[in-house]
Amino acid sequence: MSFRTPLGRARGLGSAKRGTGHWLAQRITAVALIPLSLWFVISVMIYLRADYGTVLNWMHSPVVAVLLVLLVATLYYHAYLGLQTVIEDYVHDEWLKVSTLVLLKFIYILLAAAGIFAVLRVAFGG
Amino acid sequence: MASDNRPLSPHLGIYRWQISMTMSILHRLTGIWLSLGSLALIYWLIAAASGPDIYAVAQTLLGSWIGQVLMWTWAFSLFYHLCNGIRHLFWDAGRGFEIRTFYITGYSVWIISCALTVVAILFAYTHGSHP
Repeated sequence: MSFRTPLGRARGLGSAKRGTGHWLAQRITAVALIPLSLWFVISVMIYLRADYGTVLNWMHSPVVAVLLVLLVATLYYHAYLGLQTVIEDYVHDEWLKVSTLVLLKFIYILLAAAGIFAVLRVAFGG
Repeated sequence: MASDNRPLSPHLGIYRWQISMTMSILHRLTGIWLSLGSLALIYWLIAAASGPDIYAVAQTLLGSWIGQVLMWTWAFSLFYHLCNGIRHLFWDAGRGFEIRTFYITGYSVWIISCALTVVAILFAYTHGSHP
């Protein structure tokens, strides 16, 4: 039996480390995604069923290419931060948690790189 | 590890159900669902970069009935996560915690995200370019 207060027992068990950075990054990417995702949804509604030439023409525009790169990068960063929180909340086995997070990070960086490469390939292609 | 002995907050089971619980878990679920939807975005971009034949396959898949249903669930998820996310940003700024404001913004999120989904569907089927 311990006579220490809950605060006293929690104190010194480890700092928040980089929690503030994570929290801020999640909010800043969220703010950036407000205009980016709205722009993307409107674009999808317009171009999803257009013919290939129209879509390619749209993606050739420097403004569209830059916005698509920003969308993919910001979206995957935000999605990683969010899923990281979910995994940390529900996966309690330390080994499973860490390996899931590392695997998720690899997959997300791969997907983001592939998406950005696809955008650049169209943008710089003939 | 010593950090396993940290005091815990009360568990979910002791609370009466409130709409805020559904809204909170739905924020997570829509986030998870959207992160799966991002695969469709990457697939679409890669298909566009891979030539007309592969793009045509992607268009057929995304245009199939199951593709369309998925798209509208992602559209709703995005609008919900966006609207409720803005609500979260106001909370982060220390605003919107009054019970009355909390319920008004909560129901507004439902109404606005449903309305935006319906508008998006109507717009896509009436104004979107067709093959």
